[in-house]
Amino acid sequence: MLQKQIPMFICFIMGFLLFFQFYIPTSWSQSFYEMMLKWILGISSFAITLAIVSLVRHHWRKIKRKENIVYSATTIVSLFAMSLIGLIGGIERGTLFDKIFNSVQIPLQATMFAILAFYMASAAYRAFRARNLEATLLLLSAFVVMIGLIPFGDMIHRSVPVFAQWILDVPNLAAKRGIAIGVGLGIVATSLKIILGIERNWLGR
Amino acid sequence: MKFLLYILMVFNFKVYDTPYDAGGSLTINWEWPEQVRGKKTDSVVIYRSESYEGKFERIKALRTILNVYKDNGLKNNKEYFYKIKIFYQDTVFESEKIISAIPKVQYFHFGRLNIMIGIFLFVGFIIFFVTRAKKGISLFLRKIPGLDAVEEAVGRSTEMGRPILYIPGLSTISDVATIASLNILSQVVKKAAEYETPIIVPNRNPVVYTIAREVVKESYTTIGRPDLFDPDSVFYVTDSQFGYASAVCGIMVRDKPATNFFLGMFWAESLILAETGATTGAIQIAGTDAVTQLPFFITACDYTLIGEELYAASAYLSREPILVSTIRAQDAMKAIIWVVIALGGILGIFGKAWILNFLFGGG
Repeated sequence: MLQKQIPMFICFIMGFLLFFQFYIPTSWSQSFYEMMLKWILGISSFAITLAIVSLVRHHWRKIKRKENIVYSATTIVSLFAMSLIGLIGGIERGTLFDKIFNSVQIPLQATMFAILAFYMASAAYRAFRARNLEATLLLLSAFVVMIGLIPFGDMIHRSVPVFAQWILDVPNLAAKRGIAIGVGLGIVATSLKIILGIERNWLGR
Repeated sequence: MKFLLYILMVFNFKVYDTPYDAGGSLTINWEWPEQVRGKKTDSVVIYRSESYEGKFERIKALRTILNVYKDNGLKNNKEYFYKIKIFYQDTVFESEKIISAIPKVQYFHFGRLNIMIGIFLFVGFIIFFVTRAKKGISLFLRKIPGLDAVEEAVGRSTEMGRPILYIPGLSTISDVATIASLNILSQVVKKAAEYETPIIVPNRNPVVYTIAREVVKESYTTIGRPDLFDPDSVFYVTDSQFGYASAVCGIMVRDKPATNFFLGMFWAESLILAETGATTGAIQIAGTDAVTQLPFFITACDYTLIGEELYAASAYLSREPILVSTIRAQDAMKAIIWVVIALGGILGIFGKAWILNFLFGGG
């Protein structure tokens, strides 16, 4: 019972206080808000510890089960090796930690990001097949926008980039704003449901 | 030897209490003299005194094209006097007038009154529709194919004997989309528990991980199957955006989950995840409020929850009348917004901009 009531009570009180804090610009109100931000940082620090324990335990179990040992071993070895290198040699610019980070981690991330271009091409191929009226309209507008945004569009006719920009600024923006209004209301509704205790699924109930 | 031409002249210059602040601040705002308008001045020097005839101290020399300065660290309820000098090439323009103002504490942010009225109206609608739901008045909810497919997707995983993969987005818990996703996670876990289908929940954010773990655990307990909870099924991966994407892609390729849920906040990794999932043949249900990522999900996933559908999902899946009634409140609020937009447009055409100022003028 208390396991359910206490989180809901804390949520209601904090939601209520922070709601009114938003409308009160006095110094104590600002201090309260800043204190809350510090609490978030504090709680996050505890959560990082739990997360690292989870990571190690997850991969350790995989190693014990002899399930994709290579990936799990690489993760655990990298985690501890980087932590040790950072603790011993520091993490400032020019240190071994910094060099490994810049020559391994960053290129790996950049590689993943670069793959996105190929995924975009395959997704575009699927989306732009003119199967019905909507898909045909999508294909045509995408074609106009793409042509309009490159110098070649201006070379075809001066009005091509203007029309492409119109598609982005008028029909596209109208749809985006419609979604944004719905999202805004959804955010407020979800927040209110949680603060008022109507929504309890976040407690797993 | 350099000679400066000194001009004492009138230029519009005002000092006022900084609006909606904690006090201790005055805002100085000036209009550029005609001779320097649109030109880059050498400096704008602001002087302050505690009495009209007292000694004016130079408090700030600005090299700016902006015409506003906020003087902070003042005592509340005390009068301060200001004058300004503008230096441009060999000329100095000095404001003829000395202007004073008193900094004060504001106890209410009137610029946000519009938001407060909107929220109270919304709360009113929620209370009204919740009361109706409690009386047993049924509410119509339009069909959302993406959410109707959840049952089918869980069933498919069961039939194929493969797990369900649930990604609660890559954002933090401060993002309401993440909270909405965790609400849906609870419903999905309950359905998966009925069929004893395993679920995998990799996380990017440590706080989200701890909450997701509790949500999954509690959902199994609520359905009466705490024995099905595998502590290893909800785990932390990495804080790195593309590191997380590659790890999840690896899970999809190795474990071949039959159903992938991508619900929450996503950025550039959305297409990488959705396309990899599509290549494994999994049924994919996505939902996000990130407008820029929606086209990618629509293209690569079987079902996509667009914007507000993500926030309505928990109520839709649970079918609890009280939760459903809040969706009705959202619709009522949308109708009000529609009327206000139409009214604002019409009044704007006739030059009556007060409604726009009230709605958008606040900070």
